[in-house]
Amino acid sequence: MTSVVTRPQPPSESKRRSSRKIPTLALVAPSVIVLILWMVVPLAMAIWFAFQRYNLLIPDNREFIGLGNFIFILTDPALWISIGTTLVLVASVLLITIGLGTLLAVLFNQDFPGQGIARVLAISPFFVMPTVSALIWKNMLMHPVNGLFAQITRGLGLGAIDWFTDFPLVSIIIIVSWEWLPFALLILLTAIQSLDTSQIEAARMDGAKPLQLFRYVVLPHLSRAIAVVAMIETIFFLAIFGEIFVTTGGGPGLATTNLAYYIYLKALLEFDVGGASAGGLIAVVLANIVAIFLVRSVASNLDT
Amino acid sequence: MKTNNNKSNKWLIGLLGWLVACILFFPIFWMFITSFKTEVAAIATPPQLFFKPTIENYVAVQERAAYFNFAWNSVIISVGATILALLLAVPAAYAMSFFPSKRTKSTLLWMLSTKMLPSVGVLVPIYILGRETGLLDTRIGLIIIYTLINLPIVVWMIYSFFKEVPKEILEADRMDGASTYQEVAYVLLPLALPGIASTALLSIILSWNEAFWSLNLTTFDAAPLTAFIASFSSPQGLFWAKLSAASTMAIAPILIFGWLSQKQLVRGLTFGAVK
Amino acid sequence: MKKITTFLCSVMLIPLLQACGGESEAKGKTRLTIATVNNGDMVVMQDLSRKFEAENPDIELRWVVLEENILRQRTTTDVASQGGQFDVLTIGSYETPIWAKRGWLKSLDDLPAEYDVDDLIDPVREGLSHEGSLYALPFYAESSMLYYRQDLFKEAGITMAANPTYGEVEEWASQVHDPANGVYGMCLRGKPGWGENMAFLTTLVNTNGGRWFDMDWQPQLDTPEWKSAVTFYVDVLNEYGPPGASSNGFNENLALFSTGKCGMWIDATVAAGLLSNPEGSQVADKVGFAPAPVESYPNGSNWLWAWSLAIPETSRSPEEAQRFITWATSKEYIQLVADESGWVGVPPGTRTSTYENPNYQEVAPFAKTVLNSIESADVERPSPLPTPYKGIQYVDIPEFQAIGTQVGQQMAEALADKVSVDKAIEKSQNIAERFMRHTGYIEDKASEQAKSEVEQ
Repeated sequence: MTSVVTRPQPPSESKRRSSRKIPTLALVAPSVIVLILWMVVPLAMAIWFAFQRYNLLIPDNREFIGLGNFIFILTDPALWISIGTTLVLVASVLLITIGLGTLLAVLFNQDFPGQGIARVLAISPFFVMPTVSALIWKNMLMHPVNGLFAQITRGLGLGAIDWFTDFPLVSIIIIVSWEWLPFALLILLTAIQSLDTSQIEAARMDGAKPLQLFRYVVLPHLSRAIAVVAMIETIFFLAIFGEIFVTTGGGPGLATTNLAYYIYLKALLEFDVGGASAGGLIAVVLANIVAIFLVRSVASNLDT
Repeated sequence: MKTNNNKSNKWLIGLLGWLVACILFFPIFWMFITSFKTEVAAIATPPQLFFKPTIENYVAVQERAAYFNFAWNSVIISVGATILALLLAVPAAYAMSFFPSKRTKSTLLWMLSTKMLPSVGVLVPIYILGRETGLLDTRIGLIIIYTLINLPIVVWMIYSFFKEVPKEILEADRMDGASTYQEVAYVLLPLALPGIASTALLSIILSWNEAFWSLNLTTFDAAPLTAFIASFSSPQGLFWAKLSAASTMAIAPILIFGWLSQKQLVRGLTFGAVK
Repeated sequence: MKKITTFLCSVMLIPLLQACGGESEAKGKTRLTIATVNNGDMVVMQDLSRKFEAENPDIELRWVVLEENILRQRTTTDVASQGGQFDVLTIGSYETPIWAKRGWLKSLDDLPAEYDVDDLIDPVREGLSHEGSLYALPFYAESSMLYYRQDLFKEAGITMAANPTYGEVEEWASQVHDPANGVYGMCLRGKPGWGENMAFLTTLVNTNGGRWFDMDWQPQLDTPEWKSAVTFYVDVLNEYGPPGASSNGFNENLALFSTGKCGMWIDATVAAGLLSNPEGSQVADKVGFAPAPVESYPNGSNWLWAWSLAIPETSRSPEEAQRFITWATSKEYIQLVADESGWVGVPPGTRTSTYENPNYQEVAPFAKTVLNSIESADVERPSPLPTPYKGIQYVDIPEFQAIGTQVGQQMAEALADKVSVDKAIEKSQNIAERFMRHTGYIEDKASEQAKSEVEQ
């Protein structure tokens, strides 16, 4: 598509390299300003509250207690357990969704009868509300007495697995992976489709085997998409809440209490605004650490 | 990718593809058929695959809650927030992907970090803010919040899709004398359309299913489908069949929309065609 | 391409513009926003409220129906931050005294004579009062009781005692426990939560002679009474309970009992109606009712909870709101429900007149047991030892939600056999102590709090 109008070119644009002066700042500014407000206001309030003993239900008790909230939270063994659980949860689901997602993206990129419909079915889990997904999995599928899985294994004479008692974290991992695999699949599939088939043909002419093709041609092309998926999913997995709330309530014990659930206990069960703010700040620090780590391992894919 | 002419390979792949699709879809299918069972049949053991279907659950759900009000709210809020986010994000992503500066990477990362403060912790301040500005229980209020929540993701994804577009194409166009606007509207956007579409889809889904702010900032006028679901979830008593019916009604619009738009994505413009 | 894009864009702009437009105001009508739980009786109330709107054409009702936990969180947020979003709140005996103390609720002193406020059952009324004034009108109330399978008991040759003890209950569980045929002797709540497993466990502790806090607000979890209660709980459920017990709440157990999988079940009296209804229960004709078992102390073994309607101080239409809540909790309303769907479905536990009505007695064989349970519930004295708090299956301090839930998590862990009972109790004690110290109950506030509690 070429434009019909030829505008007189100002001298600076006769250079070969595209050094067009466009107001990059003006383009980026609206998003940045809006996000600054969104971030700064709650962050400032969180910092303000974190140093007070402020319980919404006991307003007369309010006073500055310095680092009291932080000490209370940091000396709580439950906090460290919840951080560990969070990391395990995030890492597991990331691996499963990206690993399986890549393989499935390759699979669904193939031409097979009814592939359109199969693709559509495969991405459906992402559309279901997380709490509803969790309820379905907990009561209709995984329940050791009434659930479908138990019925099947019992029918095969194998007894029933008590998922949420014996393998609570694994159960949550299964549920969340099921929900997010379609997301990874969709993004990676879109990315694979942009792979130039001529490149593959050329490689195959050179005698490359399928596995080598995958490793040296497909994967590098997908690296940016994988990086994006990883970053986005990490942000969401750090905040997994609904599924836990509805199935295990953080238990048994603290087996499935992640940082988000821990803060929920503080913020909404106690209405301890001070404690919740302190917890939130700690969560921000943790998330930033994870992000830095993730960026280091994935950063190269962010540049052209 | 692997252009197999081997027929049996094709069938094997097809089988595998369908197996995966069915496994992934199965829980939704199960929920769907449960919505046609009576409450007692819904929890019966062994679970029944063949049963006498009834639509009493759908009737009960519709009688109790005005589904269309909730659904319409969900549509307006999700689509509104997505449009707003796109309007803000596309220019920003354009600038950052084609004219990167030293600060680009850190800006991107900073944007993502705004999502790290758990919503739970800031509920009370935002609630008070909402009360002061009169935005509680309004659709606009939720649209604003969702735009802010989704903006980092939308910027990121569009940024990465823009990066897929070879600079040469744009440059070639520029050499022909196209203006920035024409370059973006006629060349860039069409090329990146599948990417933008999948980003929009993601943003709509995230807004549709968001169940924290939508429950806390609305009561009646602006309540979306998440509130509809919350009213059928875990009451005292048997509720599986009704919840399944309510969930089916709640995800049906988004599921259909996703299926239809996904066709657009997949039909896709390959970069080869542009040449 | 261009045409399609333009078209799509304009179509998509419609929702945005619509969102900016205001909603149509119903001219001249007072709008009441009502927040309520999605339990069956409330759904009926929502349905029948059309009659109220017909009789009161100047009022328009807007319903917000949510699941219990979300509702509590939502309403507490609003009330505590003076949001003013609601005119009528559905709250329980736990929140009412706490919120009344804070001045967040309107006191309901000027009720019309025909409302017959003395008809309200005493413990229920007291649970909703603060310093002599009523702050919420009870919609339905419940206690706890023992459900059992009459047919299984008959087979095993057991006769249910008039006032069973936990020792007997354990014995009976062993006799009817038959996992090979899919019947588990004893079903109990195991899901962690201050209102889930801890509701039951607290009553078990009470009847074993224990309490949550002593008069100085020191947590008392590491006492022999707690140990015997928790040990009993864990042992009975592990031996005679269904698999997955540690994530079974009220609903899961209801499903189990209704499908014939439980020999016995101790839980809320509200299940009586659900279990006797052949539409939802496969054992409708086989279920028997008995008072909640006791151990050594008769009080405190059956709990008391009343879902009630209250008016926040921030409501802009308190008068109309009061009109509604008096309608919904009146004798006329109960009669209305009876006319529409039969006496078996009326909201239970609030008025003596309901239980004196021969029609109700006829269709509800469990009525007498339920009434006795509610009347014998004493929120002031749940334990033989003195307590600085009120409440049978809960403690009426705002911190209890968090403490109860976290202790509940430990109990679920012990139940799942991941940790010994002693360890779980030790951890729970630590949790409770940390909380009480952090919120200032112990160390400085102890004497102040005890004094003000006793004064009420």
